[in-house]
Amino acid sequence: MMIPKVLGIETEYGISGGPDNDPVTASGLVVNAYAQQGTTRLHWDFTHESPGNDARTTTDQHARPPAIERELANTVLTNGARLYVDHAHPEYSSPEVRTPRQGVLYDVAGEEIMRRAMLAVNETLPPELAVRLFKNNSDGKGNAYGMHENYLTSREVPFDDLVQGLIGHFISRCIVTGAGKVGAETDETRGYGAPYSISARAEFFEEIVGLETTLKRPIINTRDEPHCDPRTLRRLHVINGDANMSQVATLLKLGVTSLLLARIEERGIAGLPPVPIRPVSAFRAFSRDPLLATAVDTDHGRWTALNYQEALLEDLRHFHAVSDTASCAPRHEVDEILSVWEFILDGLRTNRDTLHTHVDWIAKLRIVEGFQERHGLAWDDPRLKAIDLQYHDIDRARSLGYRAGLTSLVAPEAAENAVLSPPKDTRAYFRGEIIRRFPDAVVTANWDSIVLDTGEGPYKRLTMADPLRGTKVLAESLLSGCSSAADVVVAMTD
Amino acid sequence: MSEQERIQKSSTERTPDQASDTAAPGSNTADLANELDSLLDEIDAVLEENAEEFVRNYVQKGGE
Repeated sequence: MMIPKVLGIETEYGISGGPDNDPVTASGLVVNAYAQQGTTRLHWDFTHESPGNDARTTTDQHARPPAIERELANTVLTNGARLYVDHAHPEYSSPEVRTPRQGVLYDVAGEEIMRRAMLAVNETLPPELAVRLFKNNSDGKGNAYGMHENYLTSREVPFDDLVQGLIGHFISRCIVTGAGKVGAETDETRGYGAPYSISARAEFFEEIVGLETTLKRPIINTRDEPHCDPRTLRRLHVINGDANMSQVATLLKLGVTSLLLARIEERGIAGLPPVPIRPVSAFRAFSRDPLLATAVDTDHGRWTALNYQEALLEDLRHFHAVSDTASCAPRHEVDEILSVWEFILDGLRTNRDTLHTHVDWIAKLRIVEGFQERHGLAWDDPRLKAIDLQYHDIDRARSLGYRAGLTSLVAPEAAENAVLSPPKDTRAYFRGEIIRRFPDAVVTANWDSIVLDTGEGPYKRLTMADPLRGTKVLAESLLSGCSSAADVVVAMTD
Repeated sequence: MSEQERIQKSSTERTPDQASDTAAPGSNTADLANELDSLLDEIDAVLEENAEEFVRNYVQKGGE
């Protein structure tokens, strides 16, 4: 059964500056500065959080589930997103959305929110302590962080089918969605002498399947924390991608994986490309070969990353032609995803000069190689790493990514609106509207509930177990009849 | 590309084609070279002056 593909992206931003150059302190300042600007000075509710649950029936007893950090700055925004400090980074978790296009919109809104937060905190700091934020994936010294995707999927699909059906895509999609990286950060990649990688994070992956996200990173993460009905639904938590400056890359990152999940739910995994014999080394090998010549062994011959992506395009084109893909996006949006994907794969095969507007790793490589040529620089010149870092700076005065000629899919006024307003077609609408309308009454909130203080009696917890309820259509009339949080509680319990 | 062009454009959304018309002045080699040249001029102007220190000082704790 196909499940509406509710989506979200979480992004940890790289951070520098602040008092004592301490990233935890600086991240807290960033989050608090933004929260104090508006009406969102409230706390995240950790009830129902269970990041240690494993999607497999048997859990690796030695795996270390992620710790929940309750004491760090943590807030919920009127657009339904969560803005908080995760480890030593400010993180924006987008509200739940229903389509890849909306995913792009709320990812861009997240950039804008981080930029406003940075500007707000820098007004309070002397210039030498100014905070800078980077939408990147690692620090060039072996520390990786970055972006995770989330997809609502059916629990009817055995988890092993998800693994078998997704691996070929996850190890090869970097040729479309990779952020690119100057230099290597692991001994293995250095050993290959690779000066430039397609994926910023592939070299950090060590396992095929697993629960961890910070050590022994797996291509398929088994965190089983659905934030909805666990009997029928699953939230697939995808940790192998890169945070992107290219909005087209974000669209394809979300769009293709959504379609592939719908295809697996509807038709199983028969006919999908074969899994490589050694998936982890295949992922790394594809990533460190910008010429795209590398082929890896499978039980059905040798496959390049382009072979994988082209086979998946053909398969999903067919699926879109014969099936109802409305669970992923309206028809014209699926058409757009498929045609842009095809445009990029054709370009990778025939003429890359056309792709720097769409593909981050090509846009970055074009700048790096152009700069090298202009100034006669070797690959180990620090200016090339500085270009890489500054590509991801979200300050418009400094960012190279914003100058690189990348195609914009979101008009500025749409992004402005999404900074404050929630998506209309998921429970994020209800969450965001309650916070906007009754900020003083909201005690805490999280993905599936809101706790209200109505001024009388005990706190009231409103649950939002279904991500597809609490939409504008379902909630607007209820909310417009309420002039207080107490009215909301009465309306919802009647 | 015709499929992309057929996509209905709302006032708040752009298609990849539409936006790249403004981003890239043309697709021929000379245009691309000129465009890259002026981009590199800009990068010369905004790139961190002390690149080595900038890169060395950027140290993060791992995350995720």
